[in-house]
Amino acid sequence: MNLRRDVFQAIADPTRRTILLLVAAQSMTAGAIAANFDTARPTVSKHLQILMECELLVQEQNGREIYYHLNPNKMKEIAEFIEPFRKMWDDRFNKLETIMKKYKSK
Amino acid sequence: MERKTKVIAEEGKQEMIITREFDLPVELLFKAYEEPALVEEWMSNPYTTMKLLKYECKKHGSYQYESSDSQGNVVFRANGAVHDFIPGKKIIRTFEMENTPFGVQMEVYEFEKLTEGTSKLSMHVIYESVAQRDQILKLPFAQGISMAHDRIQEILSKVK
Repeated sequence: MNLRRDVFQAIADPTRRTILLLVAAQSMTAGAIAANFDTARPTVSKHLQILMECELLVQEQNGREIYYHLNPNKMKEIAEFIEPFRKMWDDRFNKLETIMKKYKSK
Repeated sequence: MERKTKVIAEEGKQEMIITREFDLPVELLFKAYEEPALVEEWMSNPYTTMKLLKYECKKHGSYQYESSDSQGNVVFRANGAVHDFIPGKKIIRTFEMENTPFGVQMEVYEFEKLTEGTSKLSMHVIYESVAQRDQILKLPFAQGISMAHDRIQEILSKVK
């Protein structure tokens, strides 16, 4: 398995998180994205490649330029990742609260 | 409904923090963790019954429980050691699902009084690795599927 294709591995990196924030505001070319970092252009390209591999970014050809924009469906997947786990604990704690309220009134 | 339970699992970290505010005095909240019959009650749901096989609420004590499905089949067993048990304040223990590759996690429970009638629980869970934490976070998806499956079976058995 290619670890780099794991979405959560991808967003663990601060540079990649910044890239996602940048393109969330507007579609950008690789050059415009790289201009926001002190790191070398190939390093930024590598990050873009990883984000592309895990489908967080989508490329769009506009004339001679290639623009990167965010894949909102994939971002939604990340937000929903924790939700079933949170829901399980929420249900348990709701039950605990109900049981203990009855226990109190006994 | 208001989201009372919060789960914080930052990317790339092998820990997780679960917090919840209760409309209960802290003494009652703690009792729900102390009394075996109460633990079994709130940890069970229509699809899973939780039964404590051993429950020692004391420093250097241990616990073990099993979860069964609606047909009474044991789904899994879990156990752990109690590192510390401070009534009304704190529980530190380990947790491990038996015969699974998920490893051991350390759990620190802090019980806090907010007002006379309200309290807060903070669960700090530390896993062996980031990968292990993420794997466990993904588990409820599988549970949700098996719950739906149980529900289908339940409906089908009534139809028969």
